[in-house]
Amino acid sequence: MLLRRIARHLISIAALVLLGGLISATLVRLAPGFDTDERELDPSLNAESIRALHAERAGESNVLHFYAAYLRGALHGDLGTSHSLGQPVQNLLRERWPVTLRVAGIGLLLGWLLASTLAFGVRLSPRPAFEITGTTLSGTFLCIPAAVLALASVIFNSPGYLAIALIVFPKIYRYARNLLAKSYALPHITAARARGIGELRILIWHVLPVVGPQLIALGGITISIALGASIPVESLCGLPGIGQLAWQAALSRDLPLLVNLTILVTLVTLLANSSADVMIHILKPKQA
Amino acid sequence: MKAARLLACVIVVAVCALSLGARWLAPAGYAHQFREAADAPPSHQHLLGTDEVGRDRFARVLYGTRISLLLAPAAALVSTALAALVGGLARYLGGIWLKLARAFTDLFLSLPWLFLLITVRALLPLNVSPLTSVLITFLILGLLGWAQSARVLSTSADALRNSDFVLQARASGLHGPRLFLIHVLPNLKPVLYAQFWISIPVFILSEANLGVLGLGVAEPLPSWGSLLRELEGLISFREEPWRLVPLLLLIVVMTSFQILLSNEEVTA
Amino acid sequence: MIGRHTGLSRSNLSFRAPLGLSFRARRGISCTVALAFVLTLSAFAQTGGELHFCLRSEPKTFDPLLVDDDSSLSIRYLTGGVLARVNRHTQELEPELAESWKVSKDGKQITFKLRHGVHFSDGTPFAADDVAFTINRLMDPSVHSPVGDAFRTGAGTVAVKVLATDQVSITFPAAVVGLERQFDEVAIMSAHSPKKEAAVLGPFMVAEYKAGSSIRLEHNPYYWKKDSQGRRLPYLDAILIDIQPNRDVEMLRFKRGELDLINVLDTDYFDRLGSTSPQLVHDAGPSLDSDFMWFNQVATAPIPEYKRAWFRSANFRRAVSEAINRDDLARIVYNGHAQPAVGPVSPANRFWFNSKLKPEAHSPQAALERLKADGFHLQNGILLDKNGNPVEFSIVTNAGSKPRERMSVLIQEDLGKIGIKVNLVPLDFPSLMERILQKFNYEAAMLGFRNVDLDPNGQMNIWLSSAENHGWNPQQKAPATAWEAEIDKLMQAQASTSDLKKRKEAFDRVQEIVYEQAPFIYLINQNALSAVSSSVAGANPGILYPQTFWNAERLTLTGTATAKR
Repeated sequence: MLLRRIARHLISIAALVLLGGLISATLVRLAPGFDTDERELDPSLNAESIRALHAERAGESNVLHFYAAYLRGALHGDLGTSHSLGQPVQNLLRERWPVTLRVAGIGLLLGWLLASTLAFGVRLSPRPAFEITGTTLSGTFLCIPAAVLALASVIFNSPGYLAIALIVFPKIYRYARNLLAKSYALPHITAARARGIGELRILIWHVLPVVGPQLIALGGITISIALGASIPVESLCGLPGIGQLAWQAALSRDLPLLVNLTILVTLVTLLANSSADVMIHILKPKQA
Repeated sequence: MKAARLLACVIVVAVCALSLGARWLAPAGYAHQFREAADAPPSHQHLLGTDEVGRDRFARVLYGTRISLLLAPAAALVSTALAALVGGLARYLGGIWLKLARAFTDLFLSLPWLFLLITVRALLPLNVSPLTSVLITFLILGLLGWAQSARVLSTSADALRNSDFVLQARASGLHGPRLFLIHVLPNLKPVLYAQFWISIPVFILSEANLGVLGLGVAEPLPSWGSLLRELEGLISFREEPWRLVPLLLLIVVMTSFQILLSNEEVTA
Repeated sequence: MIGRHTGLSRSNLSFRAPLGLSFRARRGISCTVALAFVLTLSAFAQTGGELHFCLRSEPKTFDPLLVDDDSSLSIRYLTGGVLARVNRHTQELEPELAESWKVSKDGKQITFKLRHGVHFSDGTPFAADDVAFTINRLMDPSVHSPVGDAFRTGAGTVAVKVLATDQVSITFPAAVVGLERQFDEVAIMSAHSPKKEAAVLGPFMVAEYKAGSSIRLEHNPYYWKKDSQGRRLPYLDAILIDIQPNRDVEMLRFKRGELDLINVLDTDYFDRLGSTSPQLVHDAGPSLDSDFMWFNQVATAPIPEYKRAWFRSANFRRAVSEAINRDDLARIVYNGHAQPAVGPVSPANRFWFNSKLKPEAHSPQAALERLKADGFHLQNGILLDKNGNPVEFSIVTNAGSKPRERMSVLIQEDLGKIGIKVNLVPLDFPSLMERILQKFNYEAAMLGFRNVDLDPNGQMNIWLSSAENHGWNPQQKAPATAWEAEIDKLMQAQASTSDLKKRKEAFDRVQEIVYEQAPFIYLINQNALSAVSSSVAGANPGILYPQTFWNAERLTLTGTATAKR
């Protein structure tokens, strides 16, 4: 049963990823300025050379042809070559994904740690310190632009993952705090308290089962948020990860690179969200 | 917390009043360039100094507040409504709708919307009035910002579908949209309010990033996003601390919003 | 006194300080001992070290013949060996791989006598057939080399003849203006080396390339140049170049001592850094670059007819030019590190600049008078044309250039004072290019011009009405106006003679016409600002690219502790 569910998820993931690649290729192709090249502004180039510049991109003008050729290549392990960097995409991805995994991964974990501590602290502790700290900190960091946080980490020589943690945590905190507040307001919690059950037991046995699935779903989302945050953080902190690559690709309308990056991001997002779904499904029977 | 709520209320009202009274508080206006005093520190005439082309920063903060504080919440409302629609309703309806909505949401999260935005800019006329540019900007933000919370809402709605009171309501004859509106939606409040509150500063900041594509608030209109972009060149905060005032103001206002909204999020 | 550098990675500042202290300690002991020590050092020590700076974008190619962007140009400059080099400081052409050359009277042929005993970076000997190979590849039409295009003044093939192992002659089908100076951009490639384009003749060679992040160059052990004492150049061991588009981060890293130079420094940072450490910043005076705006005059552009009529009127353009306060632009946006521009050539280009021309004086009244002549009139503070249409247009420019954004805001206000409503539309670069080069769906545009060539012949494709880069109305089948026809004639005239006096007369007249007709409204010429850390010795920042490291082979890194930043 579970295996069937997982298999269904994987099939739909594969289909969606392929669709995502095609849609993103179309978006890039249709956006204005696709077949322009900075070099056209160079007055030393003559007409022939400019025509040749346009001809370079001719292979990408038909999106369907391009995508079909790309998929054929991908089946053989060839993910295409980046225009702007002149290198095979698979080399670029292979070199860079560990950096992003490390930076975004640690950032995400730290963000969750901070947010959870504050959110659960609000519930478990009678003192208002957690609420005040949580409200102020999350309010502050939500309002600071990601680029400024990244610049601040360059100024203070702090690691990139800290910037990502600070970008991600306010969003987690707010959702988590609200979900917990709502769950605690449910009648059966009051009843449990009246029966004299301790706060910690209430948290683990009565609140978490209700709030858990939603927090897991939130976990899936935070992966996309962290990936998005890694773009400015990596670019400004000079970390050679996927985020830096994405920015470079977007600026130069590098179609092969962008298609691969979208597919990668879609895959990660879908896997994260599907895993969340599967986990929720596994945990569900435990609910009374 | 009552004192905190009162303080928050006072702050929000004060900021709104100040921004509405911009014409009297900062008669020079947001566009006038005091060219002899560009990049000046705070003084009697310019409470927060002037920006790099000599415009009074205090005036720009006041007028920018009008634009951002009015439109960012409006856009946040749009995105929250969309999230409720796609996430909550679809999950509630279940079946094929759920699958489609989930797929749609997940794809939406991963696609490079940058290129759609560039295309949108190309389709718009070059000479849109600043007001129109502002409205379009925030509308776009609202339309694109819903995906993150839709997912969480979908799971929340899932939990509610089989909960006691929904079953009870169904048993008493309530179906479809009415059931959704009366019983399910209010219980999605925690997530909806969180989404709403988070979206406001996110949209304010995103508006500045849209400026890079030609879609932000057009010059010379100020917005908090553009005021906050000034911070990017600030290597030594110690030298020009007054440039941090817009950021501090935004933080204070957002925190006040958070305090004011906190009660609403919990009541069922 | 030459300091001794440990040659360790630049990121760790602490290693340099103790070394500096120990030098001072020794000097405290005994002058003689110190002197002897220093003399010994300078005799035997190889001043090494790794120079560290940033490029703003990824180099698009490492093939020297295809170089067309700044970053690739920097790499080629540091790794490529050329026959003759324009000295960035004196602006004179100096022999490099060629000891001497002779240009024929008709300007069609050049004969080089090559240096002996030169080798590529992998040991392959350099000879005339390498030059022949390079030129043949350069002129190969299928390669589409931008440098080659500059030589392609006429139809026909280029004939390269190897006269001896150290003599080669190149014959072009038509005369090439400033022939010998063009060779500054032709990096000679090896005909025989198995390493192909990786075998170079310049002071450095590419050792490591991390796409999107950094490039590391190491000194070329076979580099032919020696200094006046017979020591092998370059003095540096290596150059580490990071790719960092963000200027704020670049500045931060420079202040922290991680970077040794900033080639093009923003005005804000120049002033900020200069107030605390004036010895680190350099203002080399007006550069060759300019910022300018223009109006769309394309006949088929998708803009309203009445707007096209405004843009095609020289009176309108001159009036806009008069209404703009260029002094404010220079003062406010560039803090005085710029000056009002006159035309396509900056006053820094001493020979070619038409010194009779002065920048357009700022006068809103004169502008309004001029507009009255075309039937415009002010009504309630709004300028209306003769048919009652309010004058309103948009200026597109590329987002991301802070000076240009600020200038456009100032211009918006200036034009507002004469009743013109200006809408500013910053766009991403590809969208901008599509509008100005392909679809022509824009009204006015603002861009900057980075001039690397002193000779105006390099601007041929801007001034010829049939050319791609004829900004306001490119690729005309026949000149649309009498003055454009005159410019065509004058540009052809200056290209067909090597008599400098005649060429200057022709191009002076082009500058006059451009001034009168204002197809491009030139705004300002910015100064060449740069920053060099105090640990770099031998730097002499100039205005020609690359401003700070044009003499990279003679730069050294001292071991003394850095001055307070």
